[in-house]
Amino acid sequence: MDSVHHQVERSTRPPRRRSISRLRLRETAMGLLFVGPMLLGVIVFLLMPLIFSFTLSFSNWSFITGFDRIEFNGLDNYRNLLQDDVFLKSVVNNFVMLLAVPIGMAIALVLAIIINSRVYASGAFKVIYFMPQISSVVAVAVVWQVLFHPSVGPVNAFLMNLGIEHPPRWLADTTFALPSVMMLMIWIDLGVALIIYIAGLKYIPADLYEAARIDGASTFVQFRSITLPLLTPTTFFLLITGFIGNFKSFALIKVLTEGGPAHSTSVIVYDMYQTAFVELQTGYASSMVMVLFLILFAITALQWFGQKYWVKY
Amino acid sequence: MLLFKRIDWLKAIITAVMAMVGMIFLLPFVWMVSASLKPEADVFNYPVEWIPTTWRAAFNYSSVWLGQANFGLYYWNSMKVALLTTVLSVLVSSMAAYGFTKIRFKGRSAMFLLILATYMIPVEATLVPLFILFRSVGLFDTHTGLILLGGFSVLGTFLLRQFFASISDEFIESAQIDGAGHIRIFVSIMLPLARPAIATYGILRFIWTWNDFQTPFIFLSDRTLYTIQLGMNAFADRNGAFYSLIMAASVSAIVPLLIVFIIGQKHVIEGISLGGVKG
Repeated sequence: MDSVHHQVERSTRPPRRRSISRLRLRETAMGLLFVGPMLLGVIVFLLMPLIFSFTLSFSNWSFITGFDRIEFNGLDNYRNLLQDDVFLKSVVNNFVMLLAVPIGMAIALVLAIIINSRVYASGAFKVIYFMPQISSVVAVAVVWQVLFHPSVGPVNAFLMNLGIEHPPRWLADTTFALPSVMMLMIWIDLGVALIIYIAGLKYIPADLYEAARIDGASTFVQFRSITLPLLTPTTFFLLITGFIGNFKSFALIKVLTEGGPAHSTSVIVYDMYQTAFVELQTGYASSMVMVLFLILFAITALQWFGQKYWVKY
Repeated sequence: MLLFKRIDWLKAIITAVMAMVGMIFLLPFVWMVSASLKPEADVFNYPVEWIPTTWRAAFNYSSVWLGQANFGLYYWNSMKVALLTTVLSVLVSSMAAYGFTKIRFKGRSAMFLLILATYMIPVEATLVPLFILFRSVGLFDTHTGLILLGGFSVLGTFLLRQFFASISDEFIESAQIDGAGHIRIFVSIMLPLARPAIATYGILRFIWTWNDFQTPFIFLSDRTLYTIQLGMNAFADRNGAFYSLIMAASVSAIVPLLIVFIIGQKHVIEGISLGGVKG
């Protein structure tokens, strides 16, 4: 009892003020020293540019004319966006392309389950499926451009050899270009989803499957009631990061199609690049940036708030 | 009793089927290498001659490496930018991670929230203002500008913060009793302890920077500063109809990093599994 009393007394004793506050000051200075560079970088390279973009989106301005020529025009840019056929087409294309994400994930999941338990040399498979991801998008796009060449490319040579007289003209055709780009997106990004799914599968306790097997559950039932539900956090994570990455595609579009033919593969970032750096309409391009930001913001918000509703264990 | 493991035939058949599916991923690379070794006239022969009948490898590769394109210089530039970006990013990220996990100071959680919030800002939304800013301060068309742009990625702070948080505070407390300050503790205790996490993040950052096309494309214009991705793009634009040369350039752009990946695959795959995201 005496020792308890002693402890209480010690913890309520007033702190030695001066040394504590000096220590605190030193800790704060050290904290700022360590965190400062990152904080400064984030403010200079992300936050300020975003605010700047937001301001410019209400102006009719080209950066080559200098700041004194800046002219604010209210919501005109946004009004024009709604009547800009190329921009609207790009937005639609962006959303159509998002389909590549779940399709790729479904393929990745099937491959992950097979690689995880039913093959020899699983390490080699991981490396092979990851190769497109490690290769530069530029080189990969150039190679596929040649493979997909409408008249002499090996893909169509193969199809014609199979007896198909008029194979699709792939990237040169307005209806086939977008699906072709999406196929390549799946091909490039499959490895990431595959590896993350394999990591997710490792966390599912093996005794769950054992118990299901004893109860006589078929492989499909096991998949539907154990694998799939337990992988929802992984699936959700892949879906959101996949959507965000897919929405920002630029290198692939620039190298593969330049948004063509006839804007059939144009996306927001590509249209923004054209408007800002080729047509030099800085203000108008900034309004496109803000639309992009808002859509990505909505997708991220979906992640933060949706997690607790959709992720079930 | 089984003395040695029998071959599981079902597993072997599935492996064979998977290998065929894997061909979809492998064949484009094989075709690329094969085309890069042939004379132009043989590139599109059908059926595909996987092993060239006539070899033109020396000519094709010397046009890429010794011609006007100068892939050697592009490689040097890429190496420089990717290495320095990685060093800067690892340094800044691990410092921030240490500050956010091991130093208690006022405003810490507010600052972390701010950094967390900026994670939602896509780089694409900053390109135009940064382009204007870089032109006015002389960072446009410099490698320094590229390195600065890549060195402050928020992702590294998140990944390393998680790792630092898992290191017990006791290490720090006992070092503080011995009279060590935060800088000493960071350099001689935390960094060595965090080596696996730093290696994983560093390799990922290096690969991402190496493969990045968008940033150098916007912020460089001088050909002598081109990274390998820009050089590859320019080479493909200029030699539009010479597919064997373009394939030799593609091989030159892809294969070295592919070899690095195959050697360090454990780290890369681990990193992708942990962090998952690109950015």
